[in-house]
Amino acid sequence: MLSGQVVLKIKDLVKNYDQRAVLKGLTLTVSQGEVLVVIGPSGCGKSTLLRCLNGLEPVNGGQIIFEGQYLTDPQTNWSRIRQRVGMVFQNYELFPHLTALENILLGPIKVQNKSREEALAKAEYWLNRVDLWDRRHSFPRQLSGGQKQRVAIVRALAMDPEIMLFDEVTASLDPEMVREVLDVITNLAQEGLTMLIVTHEMAFARAVADRIIFLDDGGIVEDSTPDVFFQNPATERARRFLNIFHYDDIHKPNGSLNLAKNNL
Amino acid sequence: MLDSALSVFKMGRNLARLMEGLGVTLEISCLAVALSIVLGIPIGLLMAGQRPIVKRILRLYLEFIRVMPILVLLFLFYYSLSKIWNINLSAMAVSILVFTLWGAAEMGDLVRAAVTSLPRHQWDSGRALGLTETQVSFYVIIPQAVRRLLPGVINLATRMIKTTPFVFFINLPDLVKVGQQIVEVAGFRNPLASVWVYGFIFIIYFAICYPISLLSRYLERRWPS
Ligand SMILES: Nc1ncnc2c1ncn2[C@@H]1O[C@H](COP(=O)(O)OP(=O)(O)OP(=O)(O)O)[C@@H](O)[C@H]1O
Ligand SMILES: [Mg+2]
Repeated sequence: MLSGQVVLKIKDLVKNYDQRAVLKGLTLTVSQGEVLVVIGPSGCGKSTLLRCLNGLEPVNGGQIIFEGQYLTDPQTNWSRIRQRVGMVFQNYELFPHLTALENILLGPIKVQNKSREEALAKAEYWLNRVDLWDRRHSFPRQLSGGQKQRVAIVRALAMDPEIMLFDEVTASLDPEMVREVLDVITNLAQEGLTMLIVTHEMAFARAVADRIIFLDDGGIVEDSTPDVFFQNPATERARRFLNIFHYDDIHKPNGSLNLAKNNL
Repeated sequence: MLDSALSVFKMGRNLARLMEGLGVTLEISCLAVALSIVLGIPIGLLMAGQRPIVKRILRLYLEFIRVMPILVLLFLFYYSLSKIWNINLSAMAVSILVFTLWGAAEMGDLVRAAVTSLPRHQWDSGRALGLTETQVSFYVIIPQAVRRLLPGVINLATRMIKTTPFVFFINLPDLVKVGQQIVEVAGFRNPLASVWVYGFIFIIYFAICYPISLLSRYLERRWPS
């Protein structure tokens, strides 16, 4: 499935918040069709990394090259780039005053200037795929967390992105809704969509990832296959991080995290 | 019964005078509410803004207006202003000025609350879709801010309309003042005059304020926040 063609290249990326370095020279290459899962302790800069990639945060150093284009160029037309880089957030930030369908149509119609018919056809296709076509006229407040998150994913996909960024999209969900959202993402992965996924769901990470990126202290500590990373992490830091999940398992046998243990 | 009621309104120019009184009430209400909304929006945006001194001053203005009875403000501007600075404003001008001072402060606070309560994530979501800043404002932020604002604005408007009879005390012949004058005269011959006249005024205020209150309830149901 991997064509091997480089989609995204990150070189020595530096990002500071008020003098404090959060990303300290991060280098990463993503190829067409690859699924990268980024994991790491809270506050290590995972969200910051994703937000730099679509320009929600300005960067302080290094380069981001997307399909040959330097995004670190101050002249970057971010509106153009963001049409090609889909992003889904933790707190399903749907627009509460619009229905599910209107949320999805806004980008294609207002940003990509597509006709309503064309945008609608695409929305129908994706909503059917996530089993929500019959809820298209619901407002976000009338949907469950899992449904909202699936709408948010469709909203991003409706723009035909070349790469998708997922930032802990199941972290705010009740355990019984995590599955329906992860299934959608797994499905997309199998179709060869290039994705960067930040998650704390270890079983999911292991199942979906082509590569695991372990981030700590603003840099990449490990970059390996899921099998290697979960069975035989190269660094002490990764081992300690994975142990946290074992610890959680023992003390919270009914939490969603015990999925991780069963599959480890 | 009916005769007694009709006689009050037929006597002299009574009905016409009541209508003129209603005109005064509506003129103060409409102008003050409109001016309050127009002035309140920039005031609210400044209150939600980044400049601490501006915010402090506007906060002080709001608190001052809130603790001060409207009647005191009306007297202050009508009777005292002329003494101190030799400014002579008509009762109508003072009424509109005082009600606008009050309305703009309250409107500013409503705008401030609506703007600051919108989560920053709404901006991120919109931008992540490729919407420009202007498009995010136009399609995402403003529609939500207006929805949050409308019930409060409608509530403020009804409160302002209901408070206009205070202009009575600076001798402006609004609906209530005219009604009282009519009752004073007609009451000698017709003991029920007060019932008819104040009943009529009651119905007029109800006819103005009730639809506004219905509208507000309808909007709250359509756009729960
Ligand atoms: N807007 C901001 N201003 C200042 N500091 C910030 C800001 N956003 C994030 N930070 C800091 O940058 C660091 C990295 O944050 P980031 O959100 O990227 O972490 P994360 O890896 O996504 O963590 P989590 O797993 O908890 O989501 C943290 O120390 C955080 O406090
Ligand atoms: Mg995060």
